Amino acid sequence: MFKLSLLSLLFCLNAHAELRATGDLGVVIERAKGSALIINTSKQKTLAKIEALGDLSHASVVFSRDQRYAFVFGRDGGLSKIDLLQDKVAKRIIQAGNSIGGAISQDGQLIAVSNYTPGGVKIFSAETLELIADIPAQYGDNQLSKVVGLVDAPGQRFVFSLFDANEVWIVDVKKPTTPVIQKFKNIGKQPYDALLTPDGRYYIAGLFGERGLALLDLWNPETGVKRILPDYGKDDEKLPVYKMPHLEGWAVAGDFMLIPAIGQHEVLVIDTRQWTLVKRIPVIGQPVFVMARPDGRQIWVNFAFPDNQNLQIIDAKDFKIVKSLIPGKAVLHMEFTPRGEQVWVSVRDDNQVIIYDTENHAELKRLSAEKPSGIFFSSRAHKTGL
Amino acid sequence: MRYLIIALAFSASAMADKAIDSPSLERQQELHNMLAHDCGSCHGLTLKGGLGPSLLPKALAGKSDQFLVHTILEGRKGTAMPPWKPFITEQEALWIVQKLLK
Repeated sequence: MFKLSLLSLLFCLNAHAELRATGDLGVVIERAKGSALIINTSKQKTLAKIEALGDLSHASVVFSRDQRYAFVFGRDGGLSKIDLLQDKVAKRIIQAGNSIGGAISQDGQLIAVSNYTPGGVKIFSAETLELIADIPAQYGDNQLSKVVGLVDAPGQRFVFSLFDANEVWIVDVKKPTTPVIQKFKNIGKQPYDALLTPDGRYYIAGLFGERGLALLDLWNPETGVKRILPDYGKDDEKLPVYKMPHLEGWAVAGDFMLIPAIGQHEVLVIDTRQWTLVKRIPVIGQPVFVMARPDGRQIWVNFAFPDNQNLQIIDAKDFKIVKSLIPGKAVLHMEFTPRGEQVWVSVRDDNQVIIYDTENHAELKRLSAEKPSGIFFSSRAHKTGL
Repeated sequence: MRYLIIALAFSASAMADKAIDSPSLERQQELHNMLAHDCGSCHGLTLKGGLGPSLLPKALAGKSDQFLVHTILEGRKGTAMPPWKPFITEQEALWIVQKLLK
Protein backbone atom coordinates (compact mmCIF):
# COMPACT_ATOMS: atom_id res chain seq x y z
CA MET A 1 0.00 0.00 0.00
CA PHE A 2 2.74 2.36 1.03
CA LYS A 3 4.73 1.42 -2.03
CA LEU A 4 1.74 2.09 -4.20
CA SER A 5 1.14 5.58 -2.83
CA LEU A 6 4.83 6.35 -3.13
CA LEU A 7 4.60 5.34 -6.74
CA SER A 8 1.60 7.52 -7.37
CA LEU A 9 3.34 10.39 -5.59
CA LEU A 10 6.31 9.96 -7.90
CA PHE A 11 3.95 9.91 -10.81
CA CYS A 12 2.37 13.15 -9.64
CA LEU A 13 5.73 14.84 -9.24
CA ASN A 14 6.69 13.70 -12.66
CA ALA A 15 3.48 15.01 -14.14
CA HIS A 16 4.15 18.36 -12.53
CA ALA A 17 7.61 18.51 -13.99
CA GLU A 18 6.04 18.27 -17.42
CA LEU A 19 3.46 21.00 -17.04
CA ARG A 20 2.89 22.45 -20.48
CA ALA A 21 1.36 25.69 -21.67
CA THR A 22 -0.13 25.74 -25.15
CA GLY A 23 0.15 29.36 -26.33
CA ASP A 24 3.40 28.74 -28.19
CA LEU A 25 2.53 25.34 -29.62
CA GLY A 26 1.58 24.33 -33.10
CA VAL A 27 0.78 21.41 -35.36
CA VAL A 28 2.68 20.32 -38.47
CA ILE A 29 0.76 18.02 -40.81
CA GLU A 30 2.65 15.06 -42.27
CA ARG A 31 0.51 14.54 -45.33
CA ALA A 32 1.75 11.21 -46.65
CA LYS A 33 1.61 9.27 -43.37
CA GLY A 34 -1.54 10.80 -41.94
CA SER A 35 0.27 12.02 -38.85
CA ALA A 36 0.87 15.36 -37.18
CA LEU A 37 3.71 16.74 -35.10
CA ILE A 38 3.08 18.88 -32.06
CA ILE A 39 5.81 21.52 -31.97
CA ASN A 40 6.89 24.34 -29.67
CA THR A 41 7.82 27.60 -31.36
CA SER A 42 9.73 29.04 -28.37
CA LYS A 43 11.93 25.98 -27.98
CA GLN A 44 11.89 25.30 -31.71
CA LYS A 45 11.43 21.61 -31.22
CA THR A 46 9.12 18.71 -31.86
CA LEU A 47 7.26 17.52 -28.77
CA ALA A 48 5.24 14.60 -30.06
CA LYS A 49 3.94 12.78 -33.09
CA ILE A 50 0.25 11.94 -33.33
CA GLU A 51 -0.55 9.10 -35.71
CA ALA A 52 -3.51 7.48 -37.42
CA LEU A 53 -5.27 10.68 -38.45
CA GLY A 54 -6.34 9.29 -41.83
CA ASP A 55 -5.77 10.86 -45.25
CA LEU A 56 -4.21 14.26 -44.63
CA SER A 57 -3.37 15.03 -48.26
CA HIS A 58 -5.37 18.20 -47.85
CA ALA A 59 -5.59 19.10 -44.20
CA SER A 60 -6.25 22.16 -42.14
CA VAL A 61 -6.40 22.87 -38.44
CA VAL A 62 -8.29 25.19 -36.09
CA PHE A 63 -7.76 25.60 -32.35
CA SER A 64 -10.09 25.70 -29.38
CA ARG A 65 -10.07 29.08 -27.72
CA ASP A 66 -8.39 27.70 -24.60
CA GLN A 67 -5.67 26.58 -27.05
CA ARG A 68 -5.71 23.11 -25.60
CA TYR A 69 -7.18 21.30 -28.57
CA ALA A 70 -6.34 21.23 -32.26
CA PHE A 71 -9.11 20.14 -34.63
CA VAL A 72 -7.67 18.51 -37.74
CA PHE A 73 -9.80 18.32 -40.88
CA GLY A 74 -8.62 15.53 -43.19
CA ARG A 75 -9.28 14.83 -46.86
CA ASP A 76 -11.11 11.60 -46.04
CA GLY A 77 -13.78 13.37 -44.00
CA GLY A 78 -11.94 12.65 -40.76
CA LEU A 79 -12.30 15.17 -37.94
CA SER A 80 -9.76 14.62 -35.18
CA LYS A 81 -9.54 16.50 -31.90
CA ILE A 82 -5.96 16.45 -30.63
CA ASP A 83 -5.18 17.20 -27.00
CA LEU A 84 -2.01 19.31 -27.07
CA LEU A 85 -1.51 18.81 -23.33
CA GLN A 86 -1.55 15.06 -23.44
CA ASP A 87 -0.15 14.32 -26.91
CA LYS A 88 -3.11 12.22 -27.89
CA VAL A 89 -6.26 12.10 -29.94
CA ALA A 90 -9.10 13.05 -27.61
CA LYS A 91 -11.80 12.17 -30.15
CA ARG A 92 -12.01 11.27 -33.80
CA ILE A 93 -14.90 10.81 -36.21
CA ILE A 94 -15.36 10.26 -39.94
CA GLN A 95 -18.04 12.77 -40.84
CA ALA A 96 -18.07 12.67 -44.66
CA GLY A 97 -16.48 10.96 -47.65
CA ASN A 98 -14.32 13.79 -48.89
CA SER A 99 -13.59 16.97 -47.03
CA ILE A 100 -11.67 20.20 -47.57
CA GLY A 101 -11.53 22.30 -44.42
CA GLY A 102 -13.24 23.71 -41.40
CA ALA A 103 -13.74 26.53 -38.96
CA ILE A 104 -14.54 27.13 -35.30
CA SER A 105 -17.40 29.41 -34.28
CA GLN A 106 -17.00 32.81 -32.66
CA ASP A 107 -17.97 31.41 -29.25
CA GLY A 108 -15.71 28.37 -29.66
CA GLN A 109 -18.59 25.95 -29.16
CA LEU A 110 -19.11 24.74 -32.73
CA ILE A 111 -16.93 23.17 -35.39
CA ALA A 112 -18.06 23.50 -39.01
CA VAL A 113 -16.63 21.28 -41.75
CA SER A 114 -16.87 21.90 -45.49
CA ASN A 115 -17.29 18.79 -47.59
CA TYR A 116 -16.92 17.80 -51.22
CA THR A 117 -18.75 14.49 -50.81
CA PRO A 118 -21.53 14.76 -49.88
CA GLY A 119 -21.32 18.45 -50.79
CA GLY A 120 -22.27 20.62 -47.84
CA VAL A 121 -21.38 21.80 -44.36
CA LYS A 122 -21.78 19.85 -41.15
CA ILE A 123 -21.73 21.43 -37.73
CA PHE A 124 -20.48 19.63 -34.65
CA SER A 125 -20.15 20.28 -30.95
CA ALA A 126 -16.54 21.30 -30.32
CA GLU A 127 -16.68 19.45 -27.04
CA THR A 128 -18.11 16.09 -28.05
CA LEU A 129 -17.93 16.17 -31.89
CA GLU A 130 -21.59 15.21 -31.94
CA LEU A 131 -23.44 16.28 -35.08
CA ILE A 132 -25.62 19.33 -34.43
CA ALA A 133 -26.66 20.44 -37.91
CA ASP A 134 -26.29 19.18 -41.47
CA ILE A 135 -26.47 21.74 -44.27
CA PRO A 136 -26.43 20.09 -47.73
CA ALA A 137 -25.16 22.48 -50.41
CA GLN A 138 -28.18 21.90 -52.59
CA TYR A 139 -28.63 23.69 -55.90
CA GLY A 140 -30.22 23.32 -59.32
CA ASP A 141 -31.93 20.01 -59.89
CA ASN A 142 -31.27 18.48 -56.46
CA GLN A 143 -27.52 18.51 -56.99
CA LEU A 144 -24.96 18.95 -54.25
CA SER A 145 -22.06 21.34 -54.68
CA LYS A 146 -18.54 21.01 -53.34
CA VAL A 147 -18.06 23.56 -50.57
CA VAL A 148 -14.92 25.72 -50.30
CA GLY A 149 -13.72 28.82 -48.48
CA LEU A 150 -15.48 28.14 -45.17
CA VAL A 151 -14.73 30.75 -42.50
CA ASP A 152 -16.16 31.83 -39.16
CA ALA A 153 -17.52 35.37 -38.99
CA PRO A 154 -18.64 37.67 -36.17
CA GLY A 155 -22.24 37.26 -35.06
CA GLN A 156 -21.84 33.49 -34.61
CA ARG A 157 -21.94 32.94 -38.34
CA PHE A 158 -20.17 30.80 -40.91
CA VAL A 159 -19.65 31.87 -44.51
CA PHE A 160 -18.74 29.58 -47.41
CA SER A 161 -18.79 29.22 -51.19
CA LEU A 162 -20.32 26.59 -53.47
CA PHE A 163 -17.76 25.66 -56.15
CA ASP A 164 -20.26 24.02 -58.52
CA ALA A 165 -23.23 26.30 -57.84
CA ASN A 166 -21.51 29.71 -57.99
CA GLU A 167 -23.07 30.76 -54.69
CA VAL A 168 -22.00 32.19 -51.33
CA TRP A 169 -23.97 31.27 -48.22
CA ILE A 170 -24.04 32.91 -44.80
CA VAL A 171 -25.22 30.61 -42.04
CA ASP A 172 -26.26 32.06 -38.69
CA VAL A 173 -25.83 29.44 -35.96
CA LYS A 174 -26.96 31.39 -32.91
CA LYS A 175 -29.51 28.59 -32.60
CA PRO A 176 -27.25 25.81 -33.84
CA THR A 177 -29.91 23.15 -34.30
CA THR A 178 -31.89 25.47 -36.59
CA PRO A 179 -29.34 27.36 -38.69
CA VAL A 180 -30.60 30.36 -40.66
CA ILE A 181 -29.21 30.42 -44.21
CA GLN A 182 -28.86 33.44 -46.46
CA LYS A 183 -27.90 32.61 -50.08
CA PHE A 184 -26.20 34.78 -52.68
CA LYS A 185 -26.49 33.43 -56.21
CA ASN A 186 -24.54 34.02 -59.44
CA ILE A 187 -21.52 35.34 -57.58
CA GLY A 188 -19.15 34.25 -60.40
CA LYS A 189 -17.99 30.97 -61.87
CA GLN A 190 -16.26 28.35 -59.72
CA PRO A 191 -15.27 30.07 -56.48
CA TYR A 192 -12.24 28.00 -55.41
CA ASP A 193 -11.32 29.49 -52.03
CA ALA A 194 -12.07 32.56 -49.95
CA LEU A 195 -10.79 34.70 -47.13
CA LEU A 196 -12.24 36.91 -44.43
CA THR A 197 -10.56 40.19 -43.54
CA PRO A 198 -9.23 40.22 -39.96
CA ASP A 199 -11.93 42.66 -38.87
CA GLY A 200 -14.51 40.11 -39.99
CA ARG A 201 -16.12 42.53 -42.41
CA TYR A 202 -15.30 41.41 -45.95
CA TYR A 203 -15.59 37.92 -47.37
CA ILE A 204 -13.71 37.58 -50.65
CA ALA A 205 -13.91 34.52 -52.89
CA GLY A 206 -11.44 33.86 -55.70
CA LEU A 207 -12.95 32.68 -58.98
CA PHE A 208 -11.44 29.95 -61.10
CA GLY A 209 -13.98 30.00 -63.93
CA GLU A 210 -13.81 33.71 -64.71
CA ARG A 211 -11.92 36.91 -64.02
CA GLY A 212 -11.93 38.76 -60.76
CA LEU A 213 -13.06 38.08 -57.22
CA ALA A 214 -16.43 38.07 -55.46
CA LEU A 215 -16.76 40.48 -52.53
CA LEU A 216 -19.39 40.33 -49.80
CA ASP A 217 -19.59 43.08 -47.18
CA LEU A 218 -20.86 41.35 -44.05
CA TRP A 219 -21.72 44.71 -42.52
CA ASN A 220 -24.08 45.32 -45.43
CA PRO A 221 -25.07 41.90 -46.76
CA GLU A 222 -28.24 43.38 -48.29
CA THR A 223 -26.07 45.08 -50.91
CA GLY A 224 -25.19 41.63 -52.24
CA VAL A 225 -22.04 40.15 -53.72
CA LYS A 226 -20.03 42.48 -55.94
CA ARG A 227 -17.41 41.61 -58.51
CA ILE A 228 -14.03 43.21 -58.01
CA LEU A 229 -11.16 43.37 -60.51
CA PRO A 230 -13.47 42.12 -63.29
CA ASP A 231 -11.01 43.06 -66.00
CA TYR A 232 -7.90 41.88 -64.31
CA GLY A 233 -5.55 40.13 -66.76
CA LYS A 234 -8.12 39.94 -69.51
CA ASP A 235 -5.52 40.56 -72.18
CA ASP A 236 -3.06 38.04 -70.78
CA GLU A 237 -2.98 34.38 -71.54
CA LYS A 238 -4.04 32.44 -68.47
CA LEU A 239 -1.38 29.87 -67.66
CA PRO A 240 -2.26 26.32 -66.69
CA VAL A 241 -2.77 26.05 -62.93
CA TYR A 242 -0.92 23.13 -61.34
CA LYS A 243 -2.02 23.96 -57.84
CA MET A 244 -4.94 26.06 -56.74
CA PRO A 245 -3.91 29.18 -54.83
CA HIS A 246 -5.05 29.53 -51.25
CA LEU A 247 -6.67 32.71 -50.10
CA GLU A 248 -5.59 32.98 -46.53
CA GLY A 249 -3.55 35.47 -44.68
CA TRP A 250 -4.81 38.88 -45.51
CA ALA A 251 -1.72 40.86 -46.28
CA VAL A 252 -2.26 44.45 -45.31
CA ALA A 253 -0.12 47.55 -45.43
CA GLY A 254 -2.29 50.51 -44.61
CA ASP A 255 -5.25 50.17 -46.94
CA PHE A 256 -3.72 47.60 -49.27
CA MET A 257 -4.36 43.92 -49.62
CA LEU A 258 -2.17 41.39 -51.44
CA ILE A 259 -3.54 38.26 -53.06
CA PRO A 260 -2.24 35.57 -55.43
CA ALA A 261 -3.21 36.00 -59.09
CA ILE A 262 -4.61 32.78 -60.51
CA GLY A 263 -2.95 31.53 -63.69
CA GLN A 264 -0.40 34.38 -63.65
CA HIS A 265 3.07 34.89 -62.23
CA GLU A 266 1.87 37.82 -60.17
CA VAL A 267 0.83 39.02 -56.76
CA LEU A 268 -1.95 41.58 -56.90
CA VAL A 269 -2.12 44.69 -54.73
CA ILE A 270 -5.66 45.92 -54.13
CA ASP A 271 -6.67 49.26 -52.65
CA THR A 272 -9.38 48.25 -50.20
CA ARG A 273 -10.98 51.72 -50.11
CA GLN A 274 -12.17 51.47 -53.72
CA TRP A 275 -11.45 47.77 -54.32
CA THR A 276 -9.29 48.62 -57.30
CA LEU A 277 -6.10 47.01 -58.54
CA VAL A 278 -3.17 49.31 -57.88
CA LYS A 279 -0.19 47.11 -58.67
CA ARG A 280 0.75 43.77 -60.18
CA ILE A 281 4.00 42.49 -58.66
CA PRO A 282 5.82 40.08 -60.99
CA VAL A 283 7.01 36.98 -59.14
CA ILE A 284 8.89 33.82 -60.05
CA GLY A 285 5.90 31.50 -60.49
CA GLN A 286 2.19 31.13 -59.77
CA PRO A 287 1.71 32.11 -56.14
CA VAL A 288 -0.09 29.70 -53.81
CA PHE A 289 0.10 31.36 -50.39
CA VAL A 290 0.60 35.12 -50.04
CA MET A 291 1.00 35.63 -46.31
CA ALA A 292 1.71 38.77 -44.34
CA ARG A 293 3.94 38.78 -41.32
CA PRO A 294 1.71 39.69 -38.35
CA ASP A 295 2.96 43.31 -38.38
CA GLY A 296 2.15 43.55 -42.12
CA ARG A 297 5.61 44.73 -43.10
CA GLN A 298 6.65 41.66 -45.08
CA ILE A 299 4.68 39.43 -47.37
CA TRP A 300 6.01 35.91 -47.98
CA VAL A 301 4.98 34.08 -51.13
CA ASN A 302 5.33 30.43 -52.15
CA PHE A 303 4.58 28.90 -55.54
CA ALA A 304 2.85 26.15 -57.46
CA PHE A 305 4.59 23.31 -59.27
CA PRO A 306 7.00 23.56 -61.12
CA ASP A 307 8.36 26.62 -59.27
CA ASN A 308 7.66 25.29 -55.80
CA GLN A 309 11.27 25.24 -54.62
CA ASN A 310 11.15 29.03 -54.21
CA LEU A 311 10.04 31.62 -51.70
CA GLN A 312 9.91 35.34 -52.34
CA ILE A 313 9.55 38.14 -49.84
CA ILE A 314 7.82 41.42 -50.65
CA ASP A 315 8.41 44.58 -48.62
CA ALA A 316 5.13 46.34 -47.87
CA LYS A 317 6.89 49.69 -47.89
CA ASP A 318 7.12 49.81 -51.68
CA PHE A 319 5.69 46.44 -52.78
CA LYS A 320 9.04 45.30 -54.17
CA ILE A 321 10.64 41.90 -53.80
CA VAL A 322 13.46 42.22 -51.29
CA LYS A 323 14.59 38.63 -51.11
CA SER A 324 14.30 35.32 -52.96
CA LEU A 325 15.06 32.06 -51.19
CA ILE A 326 15.30 28.46 -52.39
CA PRO A 327 14.41 26.43 -49.29
CA GLY A 328 14.22 23.09 -51.15
CA LYS A 329 11.95 20.71 -53.03
CA ALA A 330 8.24 21.49 -52.78
CA VAL A 331 7.73 24.39 -50.39
CA LEU A 332 4.11 23.93 -49.34
CA HIS A 333 3.22 26.25 -46.49
CA MET A 334 4.43 28.98 -44.13
CA GLU A 335 3.34 30.03 -40.68
CA PHE A 336 4.52 33.04 -38.68
CA THR A 337 5.06 33.01 -34.93
CA PRO A 338 2.46 35.18 -33.15
CA ARG A 339 4.50 38.38 -33.37
CA GLY A 340 6.34 37.43 -36.52
CA GLU A 341 10.03 37.16 -35.61
CA GLN A 342 10.15 33.65 -37.12
CA VAL A 343 8.48 31.92 -39.99
CA TRP A 344 8.23 28.15 -40.24
CA VAL A 345 8.32 26.73 -43.75
CA SER A 346 7.40 23.18 -44.80
CA VAL A 347 9.54 21.62 -47.53
CA ARG A 348 7.67 18.48 -48.50
CA ASP A 349 10.11 16.52 -50.66
CA ASP A 350 13.11 17.31 -48.46
CA ASN A 351 11.21 16.12 -45.38
CA GLN A 352 12.13 19.28 -43.52
CA VAL A 353 10.56 22.17 -41.68
CA ILE A 354 12.87 25.17 -41.93
CA ILE A 355 12.67 28.04 -39.44
CA TYR A 356 13.75 31.46 -40.72
CA ASP A 357 14.47 34.72 -38.95
CA THR A 358 12.14 37.12 -40.75
CA GLU A 359 14.33 40.15 -40.06
CA ASN A 360 17.47 38.99 -41.87
CA HIS A 361 15.98 35.95 -43.70
CA ALA A 362 18.63 33.69 -42.13
CA GLU A 363 17.91 30.04 -41.55
CA LEU A 364 17.70 29.39 -37.80
CA LYS A 365 16.97 25.71 -37.56
CA ARG A 366 15.67 22.63 -39.34
CA LEU A 367 13.32 20.00 -37.96
CA SER A 368 12.69 16.63 -39.55
CA ALA A 369 9.15 15.87 -40.64
CA GLU A 370 7.80 13.29 -43.07
CA LYS A 371 6.38 15.03 -46.13
CA PRO A 372 5.29 18.09 -44.13
CA SER A 373 2.47 20.24 -45.51
CA GLY A 374 0.35 22.62 -43.44
CA ILE A 375 1.80 24.33 -40.36
CA PHE A 376 -0.66 25.81 -37.85
CA PHE A 377 0.17 27.64 -34.63
CA SER A 378 -2.17 27.83 -31.66
CA SER A 379 -2.21 31.63 -31.87
CA ARG A 380 -4.82 31.10 -34.62
CA ALA A 381 -7.25 30.32 -31.79
CA HIS A 382 -7.93 34.00 -31.25
CA LYS A 383 -8.15 35.14 -34.85
CA THR A 384 -11.43 35.50 -36.70
CA GLY A 385 -11.57 33.75 -40.04
CA LEU A 386 -8.59 31.43 -39.52
CA MET B 1 9.55 8.04 -94.26
CA ARG B 2 9.94 4.32 -93.73
CA TYR B 3 11.30 5.01 -90.27
CA LEU B 4 8.27 7.10 -89.50
CA ILE B 5 5.95 4.29 -90.53
CA ILE B 6 7.89 1.84 -88.43
CA ALA B 7 7.77 4.20 -85.52
CA LEU B 8 4.04 4.71 -85.96
CA ALA B 9 3.45 1.00 -86.22
CA PHE B 10 5.53 0.50 -83.12
CA SER B 11 3.68 3.09 -81.11
CA ALA B 12 0.32 1.78 -82.29
CA SER B 13 1.22 -1.73 -81.25
CA ALA B 14 2.63 -0.44 -77.99
CA MET B 15 -0.72 1.18 -77.25
CA ALA B 16 -2.52 -2.01 -78.17
CA ASP B 17 -0.31 -4.47 -76.35
CA LYS B 18 0.39 -2.24 -73.38
CA ALA B 19 3.96 -3.48 -73.76
CA ILE B 20 5.54 -0.09 -73.40
CA ASP B 21 9.05 0.64 -72.28
CA SER B 22 8.92 1.56 -68.63
CA PRO B 23 10.63 4.74 -67.55
CA SER B 24 13.89 4.33 -65.63
CA LEU B 25 13.53 3.38 -61.98
CA GLU B 26 14.57 6.82 -60.90
CA ARG B 27 12.04 8.44 -63.19
CA GLN B 28 9.37 6.01 -61.98
CA GLN B 29 10.01 7.26 -58.48
CA GLU B 30 9.61 10.86 -59.62
CA LEU B 31 6.40 10.00 -61.44
CA HIS B 32 5.09 8.20 -58.37
CA ASN B 33 5.82 11.24 -56.26
CA MET B 34 4.18 13.49 -58.82
CA LEU B 35 1.09 11.28 -58.92
CA ALA B 36 0.74 11.18 -55.15
CA HIS B 37 1.46 14.81 -54.41
CA ASP B 38 0.92 16.97 -57.46
CA CYS B 39 -1.97 15.06 -59.05
CA GLY B 40 -2.97 14.29 -55.46
CA SER B 41 -3.38 17.95 -54.58
CA CYS B 42 -6.63 17.91 -56.59
CA HIS B 43 -7.43 14.20 -56.93
CA GLY B 44 -6.48 13.24 -53.36
CA LEU B 45 -3.40 11.45 -52.10
CA THR B 46 -5.24 8.15 -52.39
CA LEU B 47 -6.65 9.36 -55.73
CA LYS B 48 -10.23 8.92 -54.61
CA GLY B 49 -11.01 12.47 -55.67
CA GLY B 50 -11.02 16.01 -54.35
CA LEU B 51 -11.61 19.12 -56.40
CA GLY B 52 -10.88 16.80 -59.33
CA PRO B 53 -12.63 13.44 -59.85
CA SER B 54 -11.55 10.07 -58.51
CA LEU B 55 -8.76 8.33 -60.45
CA LEU B 56 -9.38 4.90 -58.97
CA PRO B 57 -9.76 2.00 -61.46
CA LYS B 58 -13.53 1.88 -60.95
CA ALA B 59 -13.90 5.56 -61.86
CA LEU B 60 -11.69 5.21 -64.94
CA ALA B 61 -13.30 2.01 -66.21
CA GLY B 62 -14.55 2.29 -69.79
CA LYS B 63 -12.29 5.20 -70.67
CA SER B 64 -9.69 4.42 -73.32
CA ASP B 65 -5.96 4.65 -72.69
CA GLN B 66 -5.78 7.15 -75.50
CA PHE B 67 -8.40 9.41 -73.92
CA LEU B 68 -6.68 9.26 -70.53
CA VAL B 69 -3.23 9.92 -71.99
CA HIS B 70 -4.67 12.84 -73.93
CA THR B 71 -6.31 14.22 -70.77
CA ILE B 72 -3.04 14.06 -68.85
CA LEU B 73 -0.98 15.64 -71.61
CA GLU B 74 -3.43 18.27 -72.84
CA GLY B 75 -5.64 18.91 -69.82
CA ARG B 76 -9.40 19.41 -70.04
CA LYS B 77 -10.73 22.73 -71.20
CA GLY B 78 -13.37 24.26 -68.97
CA THR B 79 -12.16 22.34 -65.94
CA ALA B 80 -9.28 22.81 -63.50
CA MET B 81 -7.24 20.03 -65.18
CA PRO B 82 -4.05 21.55 -66.62
CA PRO B 83 -1.89 20.09 -69.41
CA TRP B 84 1.08 18.14 -68.06
CA LYS B 85 2.96 17.76 -71.34
CA PRO B 86 5.66 20.28 -70.37
CA PHE B 87 6.71 17.84 -67.66
CA ILE B 88 5.98 14.33 -68.90
CA THR B 89 6.25 12.47 -72.19
CA GLU B 90 3.48 10.53 -73.90
CA GLN B 91 5.16 7.30 -72.95
CA GLU B 92 5.29 8.36 -69.30
CA ALA B 93 1.63 9.39 -69.41
CA LEU B 94 0.75 5.93 -70.76
CA TRP B 95 2.80 4.36 -67.98
CA ILE B 96 0.84 6.44 -65.43
CA VAL B 97 -2.47 5.44 -67.02
CA GLN B 98 -1.57 1.77 -66.75
CA LYS B 99 -0.59 2.27 -63.10
CA LEU B 100 -3.92 3.92 -62.45
CA LEU B 101 -5.90 1.14 -64.09
CA LYS B 102 -4.23 -1.61 -62.06
